[in-house]
Amino acid sequence: MTNARTLARSLIGVAAVLTLATGVAPAQAPELPAAPQGAPQDSGALRVKVQGTLTDTQKNDPALDAATSAVAAQLRCPVCQGVAIQDSPSELAQQMRMVVKEQLASGKSADEVKAYFVSKYGEWILLEPQAHGFNIVIYALPVLLVVGGAVLLVFIVRKWTTAAPATAGGASRTDGDE
Amino acid sequence: MNWKRASIAAATAAPVIGLLAWGLTRDPNSIPSPLPGREAPTFALQVFAPGQGDLMRPAGDTVRLTDLRGKVVVLNFWASWCLACRDEHSALSEVAQTYAGQPVQFLGVLYNDVPDKGTAWIAEMGGQSYPSVDDPGARVAIDYGLYGVPETFFLDANGRVAYKHTGPVTPGVVRFKVDSLMAAAQQGVPAPGADTAVTTKVGKAQ
Repeated sequence: MTNARTLARSLIGVAAVLTLATGVAPAQAPELPAAPQGAPQDSGALRVKVQGTLTDTQKNDPALDAATSAVAAQLRCPVCQGVAIQDSPSELAQQMRMVVKEQLASGKSADEVKAYFVSKYGEWILLEPQAHGFNIVIYALPVLLVVGGAVLLVFIVRKWTTAAPATAGGASRTDGDE
Repeated sequence: MNWKRASIAAATAAPVIGLLAWGLTRDPNSIPSPLPGREAPTFALQVFAPGQGDLMRPAGDTVRLTDLRGKVVVLNFWASWCLACRDEHSALSEVAQTYAGQPVQFLGVLYNDVPDKGTAWIAEMGGQSYPSVDDPGARVAIDYGLYGVPETFFLDANGRVAYKHTGPVTPGVVRFKVDSLMAAAQQGVPAPGADTAVTTKVGKAQ
């Protein structure tokens, strides 16, 4: 079990590095088994009545639903692995979506709702890290790698093309190329 | 020339190896909570399991955090489906009894569960000395940034989150935290703590 976890960690570490190297932002990279010390084993039997503050009109408001989905797609499900609460069928994700909906219905902006969840769960709750502080590395590194690769490629090609005439005169290996 | 190539290869490999090594030192189960050091989110929740003896609160009573000002509050989120909660139950229940009559309130909060199952679980576990409240819709759990159970919050006498413990607590941890928060309250100094910890999650639900 421990070996399997260690192997999984190593594989995911390699995957993370490869993801960085290919220039894809790793915000939605799968994580290791997340955290919950426990999770409902029979969620069907645990239907919990959700207290709501929504009016009947708000419950069936397509615009409010769309706004809720937009915010919920940006928030990470705490009991899942790299999944937004919008896409998770878990009990907690459903309840968090309800909180998003209620807060939007109460007049809060999308940013205010996200700020609420950040104040409770930390910036970890945002699937897409905000571009400030150390997070900038996530956005800058792929660009730097691509630019660096291009510069390296230009440098090597130039070296080849300038070295070719010098060797072409006396080298027999160029014969086959021409 | 070979030295040059070797140094370029080493310089390229070093950050990758460093990143991997750093990744292996991190606990992927740990999600840092921003709450310790901040005002505890308020709540008003109904008691469904009254507790026993001096710590009893009648079922149906509403427990408001604002009414608990001046007391150290130990807020334990649990559920009947949570295997790890079994590990800490007797420790919490016994330690809570030793603080009867002191300015400490132990409170269980049922997380994503139904009170009937919670009551049956308490009976199966041999009782619970302190009361438990129901949290419909996990509103309070979300307010406390909960992501699993058990999680235990220690609030100081001023209603501030001093400490968050993820995973089963031990009697030693509970006593140490409660004693230090009570001492700080008596001396009128800011409570120590404002930190978090995660225990090895033995008995965690798979």
